[in-house]
Amino acid sequence: MINKLVIENIKYRLVRTLLCALVVGVQVMLILTLIGLSRGMLEDNANRAKGTGADIFLKPGATISFSAGQIDAKFVQFVQKQPHVKLAVGGLIIPVPGELLTAINGVDIAQFTQLSGGFRLQKGQPPSEPNDLLVDEYYAQQHRVNVGQIYKLLNHDWRVTGIMDGGVLGRLVVPLKTLQELTGNATPSRISQIFVKLDNPAAIDAEVKHLNSVLEGNLTAISAPAFLSQFSISNIPQLRSFIYVVVALAVFVGFLVVFLSMYTAVVERTRELGILKALGAKPFTIIDMLVRESIVLAVVGCIIGIILSFGAKGLIMAIMPASLQVVTVPDWWPIAGAIALAGALLGAIYPGLKAARQDAIEALSYE
Amino acid sequence: MSSGPAIIQVSKLYKTYRVGEVDVHALRGVDLSVPRGEFLAVIGPSGSGKSTLFHILGGLAPPTAGEVLVDGVDLRKLTENERTELRQKKVGFIFQKYNLLATLTAADNIRIARSLAGNETEPPGFGETLELLGIHKRLHHKPRALSGGEQQRVAIARALVNQPAILLADEPTGNLDTVNSDAVLKILRDLNRQSGQTILMITHNPEAAAFADRTVTMRDGQIIGV
Ligand SMILES: Nc1ncnc2c1ncn2[C@@H]1O[C@H](COP(=O)(O)OP(=O)(O)OP(=O)(O)O)[C@@H](O)[C@H]1O
Ligand SMILES: [Mg+2]
Repeated sequence: MINKLVIENIKYRLVRTLLCALVVGVQVMLILTLIGLSRGMLEDNANRAKGTGADIFLKPGATISFSAGQIDAKFVQFVQKQPHVKLAVGGLIIPVPGELLTAINGVDIAQFTQLSGGFRLQKGQPPSEPNDLLVDEYYAQQHRVNVGQIYKLLNHDWRVTGIMDGGVLGRLVVPLKTLQELTGNATPSRISQIFVKLDNPAAIDAEVKHLNSVLEGNLTAISAPAFLSQFSISNIPQLRSFIYVVVALAVFVGFLVVFLSMYTAVVERTRELGILKALGAKPFTIIDMLVRESIVLAVVGCIIGIILSFGAKGLIMAIMPASLQVVTVPDWWPIAGAIALAGALLGAIYPGLKAARQDAIEALSYE
Repeated sequence: MSSGPAIIQVSKLYKTYRVGEVDVHALRGVDLSVPRGEFLAVIGPSGSGKSTLFHILGGLAPPTAGEVLVDGVDLRKLTENERTELRQKKVGFIFQKYNLLATLTAADNIRIARSLAGNETEPPGFGETLELLGIHKRLHHKPRALSGGEQQRVAIARALVNQPAILLADEPTGNLDTVNSDAVLKILRDLNRQSGQTILMITHNPEAAAFADRTVTMRDGQIIGV
């Protein structure tokens, strides 16, 4: 019977219930989108690194941050001469001005093709002339770029020669030399990282050790598996803290909205609660009833949130797939649900106690 | 019908409300004995303490001092929880404003009272009570679809569903027109006559009081006339 009363009460105030659930849902959506975005961006970056086909990455530091032109290109020849190194390819990374996370990658196209096994082209050709530009599908979609058109980047006119699948090196690929000349990295020739392919992939760890000892701290070698594992939320403390903050905020906002909704409901229903008490409802029964209502809010809110998160994902991926990548994170659905539930239960405590403590006679004379 | 052992025994009952710094003496030494099976009318001017007396008899408020026995239970000794149980099992309330739950149908209003007392099924013979009340065809309606008289009869059904020892009706006809008033009063009298239900009824109307076996008058927190 209590369940019936809960359901009838919810139906009686359907619009408010739905609004409240919607706010909870927006919270859930924000969490899911934040996680999906973090993971999507990281996975996307990891995929592109993986797509280079390198067994070992050489960088100025050991982290995933890049800075343009910090490595003397002579190191490429040096590394190429090391035992077990089949191929060493230098790459320059230049951020695109005005675009948050997009960079232009300069590589020797022929060498890089050998390293990676080639770009997976959807349209057109790989770059062959100095001013040729290869873009990936996401960049092409977001910026409406087509094969054959002239496209301006870094104040330079490029000819778009091809559109490739995402997941190899970067969104924008151009010949290394041209990029070096444009950015003052030509003399002396400077690059951002070195991709290394080994003749025996099983020897990666030994080779990393060897390279790190012969490079004497000038560069850091890191194996592809170790490098790729850095692209995860748990390995980025700042991102993790940020997520904790957002989750805490979500619990708080969920608490506030359920608190408000339940508080109004309790005041509004003063008389009704008085009737229940006169009929012999115990304080626990009253609290139980309100808690069940909050749980319904949280569950409905969570479902709305999951649905909304698909909408947010679709929207982001349709409008700006090059800047932002979102993935669906079903493993976070129960977590987001628990967060919504925690907020809702916290929100139900005070109104519940207030309702339970209310004097039945006074409540009955409440208009 | 004033024979047999007393189902309600009240002596020197006091109830004092504290409102801010002021003590309001709502009851000042009430003595009352109600035999099992009596239909008693309580009349008296506004503010004389009639409702307060009912609230105490029904376990909605604790007495301040004095003796109150309801169906063998000493109300002075009850905890809050035990008073709640008293309301569930021994007392049926009927109010002037019906006090049905607006979100539930008539049937569910009755059912929830039963459910709060820990039962999910109707007591045996309850169908006849519903028929006597004349609401058996209106049970699937919500209160707002029912007339005042019908709502009050649903409230009576709800008050009876746990087979209470005493039925406390606080101005049950106060909101009803003469026709509906009469119907409700006749139902109360029939319940009393046919099943020996003990009923206490507050009223301002002498004609309503005439339905009862006996009338007592309250004034200034005491019962003055018998
Ligand atoms: N909860 C309360 N707090 C303070 N004073 C109260 C409370 N309940 C009743 N009183 C006071 O107790 C006195 C008796 O009130 P009560 O409601 O019992 O009168 P009544 O006889 O039922 O009147 P009426 O015929 O108007 O219903 C009144 O002076 C009233 O103001
Ligand atoms: Mg009164």
